[in-house]
Amino acid sequence: MTPTRKRRLITILLVLAGVASAAVVASFALKQNMLYYIHPSEVLAQSLPPERQFRLGGLVVNDSVQRAGDSLAVRFSVTDCSAVIPVSYDGILPDLFREGEAVIAIGSLNADGVFQANEVLAKHDENYMPPEVAETLKTAGPACAESALDR
Amino acid sequence: MKRFFPLLSFAGLAVLLFFGLGNADRKQIVPSPLIDRQAPAFQLPVLDQPERLISRDELLGQAYLLNVWASWCPPCRLEHNIVTQLAIDGPLPVYGLNYKDEPDDAQRWLQTLGNPYALILADRTGRTSIDFGVYGAPETFLIDAAGHIRYKFVGPLTAETVEHELLPAIAALDTGQRGSP
Amino acid sequence: MTAELGQIALILALIFALVQAFVPLWGAWRGQENMMAIARPAAFGQFCFVAFAFALLTSAFVNQDFSVEYVARNSNSLLPLVYRISAVWGAHEGSLLLWALILSGWTLAVAAGSRHLPQTFAARVLAVMGIISIGFLLFSLLTSNPFSRLLPSPVDGNDLNPLLQDPGLIIHPPMLYMGYVGFSVAFAFSVAALLSGKIDRDWVRWCRPWTHLAWAFLTVGIALGSWWAYYELGWGGWWFWDPVENASFLPWLAGTALIHSQAVTDKRGTFQGWTLLLAICAFSLSLLGTFLVRSGVLTSVHAFASDPTRGLFILAFLGLVTGGALLLYALRAPKTVTGGQFAGWSRETLLLINNLFLTVAAAMVLIGTLYPLLIDALGRGKISVGAPYFGLMFIMLTAPLVLVMPFGPFTRWKQDGLRRVLTRLGLPLLAALSAGGITAIAAPESGLRGIAGVAGGVWLIAGSLVYAFGRIARQRGWQLPRGELAMSLAHIGVGVFVIGVSMTETISTEKHLAMNPGDQADIAGYAFEFRGTEVLRGPNWVADQGHFIVRSGERIVAQLYPQKRHYRAGGDIMTESAIDPGITRDLYISLGEPLDDQGRRWAVRIYHKPFVRWIWLGALLIAFGGLLAATDRRYRRYRRTGAVDAVSDDGTARSLA
Repeated sequence: MTPTRKRRLITILLVLAGVASAAVVASFALKQNMLYYIHPSEVLAQSLPPERQFRLGGLVVNDSVQRAGDSLAVRFSVTDCSAVIPVSYDGILPDLFREGEAVIAIGSLNADGVFQANEVLAKHDENYMPPEVAETLKTAGPACAESALDR
Repeated sequence: MKRFFPLLSFAGLAVLLFFGLGNADRKQIVPSPLIDRQAPAFQLPVLDQPERLISRDELLGQAYLLNVWASWCPPCRLEHNIVTQLAIDGPLPVYGLNYKDEPDDAQRWLQTLGNPYALILADRTGRTSIDFGVYGAPETFLIDAAGHIRYKFVGPLTAETVEHELLPAIAALDTGQRGSP
Repeated sequence: MTAELGQIALILALIFALVQAFVPLWGAWRGQENMMAIARPAAFGQFCFVAFAFALLTSAFVNQDFSVEYVARNSNSLLPLVYRISAVWGAHEGSLLLWALILSGWTLAVAAGSRHLPQTFAARVLAVMGIISIGFLLFSLLTSNPFSRLLPSPVDGNDLNPLLQDPGLIIHPPMLYMGYVGFSVAFAFSVAALLSGKIDRDWVRWCRPWTHLAWAFLTVGIALGSWWAYYELGWGGWWFWDPVENASFLPWLAGTALIHSQAVTDKRGTFQGWTLLLAICAFSLSLLGTFLVRSGVLTSVHAFASDPTRGLFILAFLGLVTGGALLLYALRAPKTVTGGQFAGWSRETLLLINNLFLTVAAAMVLIGTLYPLLIDALGRGKISVGAPYFGLMFIMLTAPLVLVMPFGPFTRWKQDGLRRVLTRLGLPLLAALSAGGITAIAAPESGLRGIAGVAGGVWLIAGSLVYAFGRIARQRGWQLPRGELAMSLAHIGVGVFVIGVSMTETISTEKHLAMNPGDQADIAGYAFEFRGTEVLRGPNWVADQGHFIVRSGERIVAQLYPQKRHYRAGGDIMTESAIDPGITRDLYISLGEPLDDQGRRWAVRIYHKPFVRWIWLGALLIAFGGLLAATDRRYRRYRRTGAVDAVSDDGTARSLA
């Protein structure tokens, strides 16, 4: 083996080792940071491990938003037209957060079945609905939206 | 050949994007594609014998039901009678997959409610459950003798689902209607 | 009639693009000069008609012609003039037209600036750009026509999304598209080189200024987007690893790798195949970004309204353009390794490391962005990948780059000794260590990440400065070749950016509070007093405007007026944050919502963001470096002497595929 070839081989091996270790770390980090999107009826149908973070998506139930008087704590309910999950959040809601509109909350369920959100995302403009929420509502049937919301 | 590598990776990417496009518009949730595929490989300790490891391949040779449960899971309590019934009367052994649970809590739960499972695998990290595509507990998988997932049910089993969905799926196994690949 | 005229103009532009694409290609194939000569006039014609169409759409907005559907959806009679103009690219159809305009503009510039190139080569470059134009013009005409009429026409329009009614958003998309589309030039050069079968370093030399220019624009575009998100979204964040942001970041990473590998190919003749591939990748990633943003396959808080047919079109186009180029690459890329040999420690090796890390970083971002798609395709559910994944991977992959970067300029081509280089980096090392020490003492709460980050940033800045001054001292008459100056500036910019990120990410303070008029909050040594709100009227909005007095001790530092705007037409609510910017820190306030019925008590977000400006300052320095590099006199010399003598200097082997 000529020195050049040897060096080339070493380079290639080093590169491969580096890329392989990056891939291993990446797959590990991906699994750690994977957030499932789950809609309310799935939440009710199953139990989720405590502290398991996930994204809850659906519509904000009309008249469900309640504020604590003295802090930023707020509670509201999210529905996919067949199940309703109460959500509690301590912070400022996004501008486009409205009752009856699509919302995605990131957080976990507590022991009482209340979803503790640490982030709330609302749609960004009028024409946009998160595809997951849109899909949920489509599956649930078109007429459900109004009836479920007017509880 | 290695100069075709970029083209081939791009082709793979394009296929993925094409699927993504289909999914963006699809009307309903498709069944898990794990159905009729080999169950993911695992190697897990048995709940009451932590030093004994069981792998997927050791369970080959006989069809079985794999029930994902945990002590922190109220709906699991709901379906417990059904699972017990299935284990006693059903045609197949029922194995448990204890999902993200403390072994002590799990044991206590079994002592109170009874242990219907022929064998319980403990998945404390939840990694195997993620490989199975488990969202939460309970979920129930039907795995055939060749180790293929034949049926999956999400949520607590009811007498109705057992009768109308699970048992027919098991019956279909025996007659071999869905030939194994 | 304007709308119909616009439509006709687009069709004519398409015809010119068809001519520009296929006639010169045929001519180059057959060696017919008159056919190749058609490329330039065709490019000119295409530009004129696209520009005409764009002007017509702009005039429809300015004159408030609500019978045009796109105008009705994105404008309103109350909208101020400047936003009526920027509304042209405020949504999908118009931004696509802007894309086409910029593409034809780049084509025109290449047509004008390629007279010194061999005619066959120039004809192929323009033809490839013509093919890309065909794709985008067809896309516009078939799926996203900005000129379709709305009958009966409404009295008033829907209004522009208020998020976009902002100075930052006037220039952000044009800059970004200048970058995206600019990479089509490098792509076209690369494909033309592959088509010609004569792959050497000529094409790289011709192409380098174009790549630098596009890359500089993209850098500015991304920085503007980040700055806009920072002050407009009201969350105080500057980067969210959102799929849409990643879509713009991917071509940037590939482009950064490309400008470095082009340097190697230009100077030493090595990495030829790799440079070809990167040029294809950079533009393909731009197209991929377009696909992701406009097809709705990924969830993002700021995606365009999704439409799978559009997605299908872009995907088919992407398949054709990228697939075709990669097929060509597979068939024609240099079969043997050419160019000069280099030793284990040499500038080539360092640039190889640079390319490796940048490419892997791009791959990691791509994987993280597309992973939800993969999981969905496998039916394992809907997921998203959290920002920590990107943060972790990115730090892991950029830290070695920061470490190695100052070595690059000091290290000689071909072969060098590590010891020789190290002796020159003593001063920067000392500076880095002391900066780390100072940070550890002054802001221990910044932790290891902050301290290491500041040390790394200072290491980059000091290393680049020492290099630049060393060069100046050796040069007669205090001159630094422009390329060297450009590189030093850009590397300093990276250092400034790294310091900004390290500080902002580790020692920022954020508080969400409920405040009554008269309340005071103490944050990071500043006292924020809330004086209440008043009602304010703008041209097309009404706002509750808060008044805050910020004190440091007894001294009044700033009076801040954050707003909560209600846009009349669309009924949208927008947060306008108030910022007191500074070199070492930003004070940032945004109003949440009123918490009582009288509207006296408000939810308030207050941030103290140290060194956040450095992030964009660094990015601007990087972009300025790119711009300077593009105007290096060396490229103009190549231009004058032409291609013939550019290759044969240091005995580089030529290869014919």
